[in-house]
Amino acid sequence: MRPGLMMIVRRSLRQHALSTAITVTSVALASGLVMSVFSIKEQTYEAFTGGPVGFDAVLGARGSQLQLVLNSVFHLETSPGNIPWSMYQAIGRDPGVELAVPYAVGDNFQGFRIVGTTPELFTKFEYQQGRRLTPRDGGRIFDPARHEAVIGSYVAQMTGVTVGATINPYHGLQYDATRRHNDEYTVVGVLEPSNSPSDRVVWIPIEGIYRMSGHVLRGTGKATVAREGETIPDEAKEVSAVMLKLNDPQAGMYLDQTINRQGKVATLAWPIGRVMADLFGKIGWVNQVLALVAYLVVVVAAGSIVASIYNTMNERRREFAILRSLGARRSTVLSAIVLESTTITALGALCGYAVYAAILSGTVVAVRAQTGVVLDPLRFDSVLVVTPAVMVGLGALAGLIPAFKAYRTDVASNLVPAS
Amino acid sequence: MNHATPTAVVLNVRNLVKTFTSPDGEPTCVVDVPAFGMHEGEQVALHGASGSGKTTFLHLIAGILQSDSGTIHVAGEELTALDESGRDRLRALRMGYVFQTFNLMQGYTALENVELGMMFGAGVNRDHARTLLSRVGLGERLNYRPPQLSVGQQQRVAVARALANRPRLVLADEPTGNLDRRHSHAALELIREVCREHNAALLLVSHDPDVLNRFERVEELGKLNHAADAHGSSEFAAATPASAMRPPVAGVP
Repeated sequence: MRPGLMMIVRRSLRQHALSTAITVTSVALASGLVMSVFSIKEQTYEAFTGGPVGFDAVLGARGSQLQLVLNSVFHLETSPGNIPWSMYQAIGRDPGVELAVPYAVGDNFQGFRIVGTTPELFTKFEYQQGRRLTPRDGGRIFDPARHEAVIGSYVAQMTGVTVGATINPYHGLQYDATRRHNDEYTVVGVLEPSNSPSDRVVWIPIEGIYRMSGHVLRGTGKATVAREGETIPDEAKEVSAVMLKLNDPQAGMYLDQTINRQGKVATLAWPIGRVMADLFGKIGWVNQVLALVAYLVVVVAAGSIVASIYNTMNERRREFAILRSLGARRSTVLSAIVLESTTITALGALCGYAVYAAILSGTVVAVRAQTGVVLDPLRFDSVLVVTPAVMVGLGALAGLIPAFKAYRTDVASNLVPAS
Repeated sequence: MNHATPTAVVLNVRNLVKTFTSPDGEPTCVVDVPAFGMHEGEQVALHGASGSGKTTFLHLIAGILQSDSGTIHVAGEELTALDESGRDRLRALRMGYVFQTFNLMQGYTALENVELGMMFGAGVNRDHARTLLSRVGLGERLNYRPPQLSVGQQQRVAVARALANRPRLVLADEPTGNLDRRHSHAALELIREVCREHNAALLLVSHDPDVLNRFERVEELGKLNHAADAHGSSEFAAATPASAMRPPVAGVP
């Protein structure tokens, strides 16, 4: 770089502070937006298709695999229906199944889903290698014979409920204050954060769901109401889903064949990642639209660089003539303009990280609140390097347009009127 | 017998011709100077009628404009043989230019404006820039920008900038044209003194008789420039003593 070129650029940026600020802002927004779109797209895809789910497959009522996965793994959507308890027992005995955990749903606590399950979820299930859903210090898992609950960390954070508190379930998956059950559950544990959908769940014994006031069991085909002190016959019990940990992929293929292709009463969603990947494949056009919008914003930002510098060219023509009269070469003037546009873009790209951080922070909160999946705003992604680099390159290219105009500036006619 | 030591020739112009195309498409010769020269440290005033090509002549000497034919030597180097970047380089290293409208960079401080005058030559020397500004009485105004300075102070910044690269030749185009009589006198003396101190030759264009009368050597462009005949003669010619009119520099080849 020629000596003093940066000084010329600095002075110019100072002199045209307003247009510089506007251009830097537009570049920052463009850069931040592009980085956010691609980073969020990447992270959500990974989180929903290969995140800390822990289970390999889900067995549920005959219907949509996607609905089954969304309902049982991500605790979204409604349940596609129930399957008999006997089916849970049968699949639990299958040699290809390492672990089978039943889920029964139908209630919520202040909008957070209540899932009835068995203690195996805490004692045997690992949502990641070597990591189990563990209560924080001072807590424990529920006793399956009592009205006790264990709540996810996000539920605790959002509701303020702590160990020892008593909660009342509300009927249905959507919170409706008028549909409060009279049953009371004592919170005996708050789980350590798992950064998974489990953080948004209130876990109670599966018997609790069966015995909840107003609940009717239809496993036998007739409506049965569980009575206090009486054992519920297995035939009457139903489950919303059975979460499965398989011994190997061959077991999955076998179960897929027997349940999905030959059977007619249940659906096996396997593998869970593939089911979600199918969903992303179906909504891939949304990502493409978002990417297109982001690219357009980049083009607009590049245009604003050209416009901001080009608009000042008339008033600056005399400055270029002065520089030339002082001995600056044409190439020096050209370099100064290109360096100026590059500097503006580099400043914008730097500020783009702040925009990115703001968008990601907001998205992290929203995605966590809606799905329990936690994205990482600090996670490195190549888009965080490529985008600013491309922006700076575009800025340099955009600067060439006014730079060539400056290059052609005629010195004599732009200095003083001839005498 | 004492012989004065001949001083070096700083500027030597020979058969310089510049033609522009007029708006009606006709070529118009603006400058046609067979010979003109200056010695080191010499101070020459140049006058001529409006439109007689004074500024064009200075621009040709500075290398801002390119001549159609003829030669210009500045400090021993043939300017007319250089390409544009070579002329830019020679201008940056050997010449200083003071404009009537000063042509200061409005966004730069006084100090930065002077540093700008060094930037494309030998390089920025902040101490020298400070010294120059102190010399022209602006030691306390280093960080003032042109809009914050009076017209006279701006002129002094322009003078300091023109001398920033320790030039061998200073070209001044109506440097006092925007000043009132009192400031005009002071500014002129400042330019001449500082040029003397730096042993820089000064070629100053003016139409002000008060200014011209202060120079030992005064040239009328109408007489130097054959093309000027067609554009009128100077209003000053009649008022200037014949003794002040001198031929081109002796010793110039």
